[in-house]
Amino acid sequence: MAEAAQADSVDPIHQFAINDIVTFGEIGGVKIAFTNSALFMVIVVALIAAFLLLTTSGRGLVPSRLQSMAEISYEFVANMLRESAGTEGMRFFPFVFSLFMFVLFANLIGMVPYFFTVTSHIIITFAMAMTVFLTVIIYGFWRNGLGFLKLFVPQGVPGVLLPLIVAIEVLSFLSRPISLSVRLFANMLAGHITLKVFAGFVISLSAFGAAGFLGAVIPLALTVALTALEFLVAFLQAYVFAILTCMYLNDAIHPSH
Amino acid sequence: MENDRRADGRVPPAAGSGSKADADLARRLDSLSRSLDAEQREHEAAAAPRRTDTRGFSLGIRLASEFVAAIVVGAAIGWGLDKLAGTTPWGMIGFLLLGFAAGVLNVMRSAEKMATIETKPDTGPDED
Repeated sequence: MAEAAQADSVDPIHQFAINDIVTFGEIGGVKIAFTNSALFMVIVVALIAAFLLLTTSGRGLVPSRLQSMAEISYEFVANMLRESAGTEGMRFFPFVFSLFMFVLFANLIGMVPYFFTVTSHIIITFAMAMTVFLTVIIYGFWRNGLGFLKLFVPQGVPGVLLPLIVAIEVLSFLSRPISLSVRLFANMLAGHITLKVFAGFVISLSAFGAAGFLGAVIPLALTVALTALEFLVAFLQAYVFAILTCMYLNDAIHPSH
Repeated sequence: MENDRRADGRVPPAAGSGSKADADLARRLDSLSRSLDAEQREHEAAAAPRRTDTRGFSLGIRLASEFVAAIVVGAAIGWGLDKLAGTTPWGMIGFLLLGFAAGVLNVMRSAEKMATIETKPDTGPDED
């Protein structure tokens, strides 16, 4: 029992394990369960809703501190979307704002010790990236018809090269959901593993008496520094996810290069 | 430059003993403001690289993932095509090369976009 607990504290992957909390039986051989991942998604959504509803309930003309936090996050996403997709892109504001807030809160909640990081699983980030990707394709065709295919045909290319260029453009387009999802997932996964490994060094070194205690100062300092870096990465990745979503939506609205 | 001119203009060089103290004061004020300027410039120079460091970090990760993703997609399509059509290894080779080209294109494009966003943040890149 003690051995298992120790293995838990050192194994850097263990924090990503998915455990069932409530099982609802099976549908077609696939187990349906409420997992810790789902629990944290619910927590993230509840936190976002509580944050936005409670801070804006005052509706002050001169915002309080908390209200201006909510307003800043609104303005931030609105400006980002307006700058990269034009005012027409604002119809996607609810979508982009939800994505940004979900990723940001999921990343930040994951920074709390013993909490699960939802965005450290590629299936979550890939699902979000595919939602963006399919939204771009469906809206692009719905709005521009076949004109959406102009996205793959750059202007001023000689006819001989055109098939090659179109193939490259299509591949580049298809790679978007991959790069979008892998970037977020890899950042969160690698960051949390690094943190855990360095924090694990502190524990294992301090088991070696006084000298080990002194030696443990270095990984401890690194853990503190990495924690700060991880907070930066948590915000940065949410921002990058949102701004790339905006750029892709811009392609759906204005498909010409 | 401007400080020099103002100090010179306010204080005539050949004057009595009273304005000699003034000239001295002006000279010292001038040198103080110049050293303050220099210090501020140093501070700014020290503060600037920090911001670009974090930006460079995110930019590097972005570009790397764009590049790798295109190659992975190319390889996956090539492999799938080979499986379906039995053209092993030509589909894999061809699409891997195409994926590589698409990766370079991705990197170029996102670097360009990052550059336009950084240089003119107030105007939208609404290129039509």
